[in-house]
Amino acid sequence: MKKNFPILVVDDEDVMCESMGAWLREDGYRVDTAPNGQTAVELAKATDYAICFIDLKMPGGMDGIETMMEIHQVRPDASVIIITAYAAVDTALQAMKEGAQEYIVKPCNPQEISMLVSRILKLKKLQSENAILRKKLTRQYRHHDIITKNPRMEEILALTHEVASLRSTVLIRGESGTGKELVARAVHFSGNRAEKPFIVVSCAALTETLLESELFGYEKGAFTGANVQAKGKFELADGGTIFLDEIGDISPKLQADLLRVLQERRFYRVGGTNEIEVDVRIIAATNKNLSQEAQQGRFREDLYYRLNVIEIHLPALRERREDIPLLAEHFVNRISSELGREVHGITPAALKVLMAHDWPGNVRELENVIERAIVTCRNGMLDEQDFSWLQKNSVPQTWDIPDVPLGELERRAIVAALERKHGNVKEASAALGIDRSTLYDKLKRYEISH
Amino acid sequence: MSALYLVAIGDVPEAAWKWISEAAADWFPLPVERLPRLPVPDAAYDAKRGQYQSVEIMRMLSQRVPNHDSRILGVTNVDLAIPMLSFLFGQAQLNGPVAVVSLCRLQQEFYGLPAQEDVLRERTVKEVLHEMGHTFGLVHCSDRKCAMSLATHIELVDAKSEEYCSRCGLQLAQRFTADGGV
Repeated sequence: MKKNFPILVVDDEDVMCESMGAWLREDGYRVDTAPNGQTAVELAKATDYAICFIDLKMPGGMDGIETMMEIHQVRPDASVIIITAYAAVDTALQAMKEGAQEYIVKPCNPQEISMLVSRILKLKKLQSENAILRKKLTRQYRHHDIITKNPRMEEILALTHEVASLRSTVLIRGESGTGKELVARAVHFSGNRAEKPFIVVSCAALTETLLESELFGYEKGAFTGANVQAKGKFELADGGTIFLDEIGDISPKLQADLLRVLQERRFYRVGGTNEIEVDVRIIAATNKNLSQEAQQGRFREDLYYRLNVIEIHLPALRERREDIPLLAEHFVNRISSELGREVHGITPAALKVLMAHDWPGNVRELENVIERAIVTCRNGMLDEQDFSWLQKNSVPQTWDIPDVPLGELERRAIVAALERKHGNVKEASAALGIDRSTLYDKLKRYEISH
Repeated sequence: MSALYLVAIGDVPEAAWKWISEAAADWFPLPVERLPRLPVPDAAYDAKRGQYQSVEIMRMLSQRVPNHDSRILGVTNVDLAIPMLSFLFGQAQLNGPVAVVSLCRLQQEFYGLPAQEDVLRERTVKEVLHEMGHTFGLVHCSDRKCAMSLATHIELVDAKSEEYCSRCGLQLAQRFTADGGV
């Protein structure tokens, strides 16, 4: 816990910074020191300090209260404790009025400081747990909740931000566990429909008839067991967003029904005669290649084009390995807090193991792996041995190669490479290990348009 | 060669060296050597408070560390403090070579009670293990019985035992194994 709450000590007296820093480090805190307000503000820009001890009187430049105000500009949640050599009620009142959490007169009893720090941090821990639980309860994720420093993911986030308040349909593609629902929630909760419902329907989980009544609702007596009229998910999502997960798995009949809703925003309940009009934004997701499914006649082409107004293709975790440490740290903080386990972080050796894994189950798999490691962790830090089972389970990936002519395999490899590289021939040829002119020859030979 | 160097800063009762040497031999795989007594540095004295700034004493000790793997423990009878805190039982560099322990507030006489050598011995050993533990990377422990628990008043020193808890002891042992000695 302590390493997650860095502390800053700001004082123009070297001896004060040195001694206070040493005393707090003995307690396990990460402590930085600054000799003046300007340096303190610069440090606060780089580090999210939990507590800042700031001397009230610092000659030249900013005094303690000015420093506190500047720090609060960049770190509004930092708790500031103003230190002074003299008890002056008016200054104390001013400091508290400007946002100081506490005001202490030096020297003070070690017990007083120890209790003060532990009280503030206990409160911060509770606030952080509260925020996590509230977020989990409402699942109102926004863009800043998506953790990434991967340039492609950052482009995707910028795009989702731009389209958040439009009504245009969004199609999210990506392997299982890449966070398609999280991105859909980010689009919804960042846009002007955020206050309206966000309804999730897992299309693959239901049979055709069940899915039909689930989506469109039904009238009393529409079928055996329909004893009362029921609203469907489209009606429940009115004004908001409906998220159709695994859209590639719906039947041809439902594809036709869905196309009509997309075109007219109107539908009939099952067994109903009254047309119902709704204002719903549709976000669909799939782990299938819908373009290919449409080409091969398994998915309506017109529906595909209606859905594919804004396309988002989420990269697999192995394609954004730089995010693994960030995500791992995030999961450690969140899950240890949820489970009430004192796990403070991950050792570099353990991170190396996580970086080397291929993550076929993507971010969801990483989350599960971290949870399992936290449950069995013994010494407060996730170490290499907490993931030893992961290494044992990591078998080399085998390719599931169908019995097709060799040329067909080559054709499929080229199509896949072009899709992964968004039609960029230069990048696709590099990925395939051939030069561009060879790739053009093959595109011509296999009649692949890109 | 690495060692644990003990040094008196000002006058220190002779019996203290036996207590400290025995405790150090029990826990740390380092030869214990005594260095000649040092005077309490004038620069450390804070006339307003009638106390001595531990930072100045630590600075003086850090100049006398013979090599990086060694540790130096200063023991003094003067009352230590830092600008922020009204007193200290001792102070150490976390993962560093220097530590200091003050016997001033470990003595019954400080609290207006008759001197008790056995009480002073227990408290001295606890504080020496505590500060030396910091120099070997241990931080404060939540186990009140552990020598590494934070004592902000004398009752908390008395509540500790003269040993590390199993977790801190293990961490210390791992440290010595990993460093091949220190």
